[in-house]
Amino acid sequence: MRRPRRVKPLATIISAGLSKFGRREGVYARELFAEAALEAFHRVEELDPGKDIKAAFIGQMSEAYEHQAHDAPINASWAGLLPAPATRIENACASSGSALRAGIMAIKSGMYDIVLVGGVEKMTNQPTPEVTGILATASDYPFEQWNGMTFPGLFALMATVHMHEYGTTEEQMAAVAVKNHKNGALNPKAHMQKEVTLDEVMKSRMVAWPLKLYDCSLITDGASCLILTHPKLAKKLSDNFVHIIGSGQSQDTFCLHERDSLTTINAAKQAAQEAYKMADVKAKDIDVAEVHDCFTIAEIIACEDLGFCRPGQGGKFVESGASNIGGTIPINTSGGLKSKGHPVGATGTAQVHELYLQLTGQADRRQVADAEIALAHNLGGSGATGVVHILRSA
Amino acid sequence: MAVRCVRCKHIMVPPRTICPKCRSSRVEWVQLGTKGKLVTYTVVHVSPPQFKHMAPYAVGIVDMEEGVKLPSIIRTSRLESLKIGMELEVDFSPKSQETSWPHWPRYFFKETG
Repeated sequence: MRRPRRVKPLATIISAGLSKFGRREGVYARELFAEAALEAFHRVEELDPGKDIKAAFIGQMSEAYEHQAHDAPINASWAGLLPAPATRIENACASSGSALRAGIMAIKSGMYDIVLVGGVEKMTNQPTPEVTGILATASDYPFEQWNGMTFPGLFALMATVHMHEYGTTEEQMAAVAVKNHKNGALNPKAHMQKEVTLDEVMKSRMVAWPLKLYDCSLITDGASCLILTHPKLAKKLSDNFVHIIGSGQSQDTFCLHERDSLTTINAAKQAAQEAYKMADVKAKDIDVAEVHDCFTIAEIIACEDLGFCRPGQGGKFVESGASNIGGTIPINTSGGLKSKGHPVGATGTAQVHELYLQLTGQADRRQVADAEIALAHNLGGSGATGVVHILRSA
Repeated sequence: MAVRCVRCKHIMVPPRTICPKCRSSRVEWVQLGTKGKLVTYTVVHVSPPQFKHMAPYAVGIVDMEEGVKLPSIIRTSRLESLKIGMELEVDFSPKSQETSWPHWPRYFFKETG
């Protein structure tokens, strides 16, 4: 078997932290962020966070949830990071995937030795219709929002075409939910640690046909963070580190109706090609992946865009069990956005948190045996932003 | 109405002043026809608060004869009759009291005939 060439890492993750995901009543975003940061600090005893962390890049989608903008300095200072500069990165649901890229660039440029990247969202203090409305702000205001489109609606528009062109079924989409809930049930940090049956998914109430309640990710409170440094310093600070060997980001038209194809997310495809090239690996080299399953159809499309299966075969791929833990390429071992939860700004670095655990052998009952190369796929909006990262165990 | 690039003939909705294909700023308004074909659709059951009174309602993407696509609400009394490829025609609501938002005339599509 061809072993990937060991390219020089872009940056190295020496620690990762995740708050408990879920409905966190009475807890502000800043407290969630501090919870995630504290966990990351505890993993690296050699580090003096207030002194050693030189900058923070924090993803957060909307100020509407807590009526709070300019929140990066709040989040960072509540985690005890003063006076290191903190900057909010906003790219809808790809906010912290983009924050990770900002952190990588900060390390790779040589400007800073150690940075913290992460993300946070506190969503559940608003009722569901308001959350639906706030999320919809990441779609086009005059042409999508005014036409009554919602995020489940936009992904449903892709699902309808995928079903029409490739014969993808509602049962295949439901199979994504069943798999991810099964994984999430093994994750003590997941929002919904509960298995669901195919029948329960199929009978759940309609949100935007053909997407039902169990086809949709969860409205969740949560935060995630990673500590990055350059590879040489990593060895001095930690025994458990993971290299970032590929990073890609791309964009597509903001509006769905302007795209040539609705069965692929071109931004993610382009980002994946960039990351694969940088890392000098191919889709078949990936041992474990976290993909952006904001809706079940999104995981099906992601598997095709990332090259895990051929275009149009994503439904059959999940149905075959290939993406189960123990399958040829386990996907969303954390439970994904579907079961772990989707605090939108936190999602990108939460995916990488799971892969950090997998590549350092700390994923407990979700551990994928001998995982060496991992991939994270993070989308913003209806796919106007795509971010892909590739990691390698040390 | 849409905007067409004078140089490369690319038609754009939303209208804009710089063509994203050839970056020319010579653009002109074009009147679109009334007919189009349904490219994709969904029926929204859980809506933002502004559309709650309409739910469930259909939204879709319509391919116009001129080769430009429009997102739109599809008005039909039979949501189950929607099909990819079906013919639709445009109509306009007057300054709407029907939806609380937005408060100005809107286009929508309906079945032909």
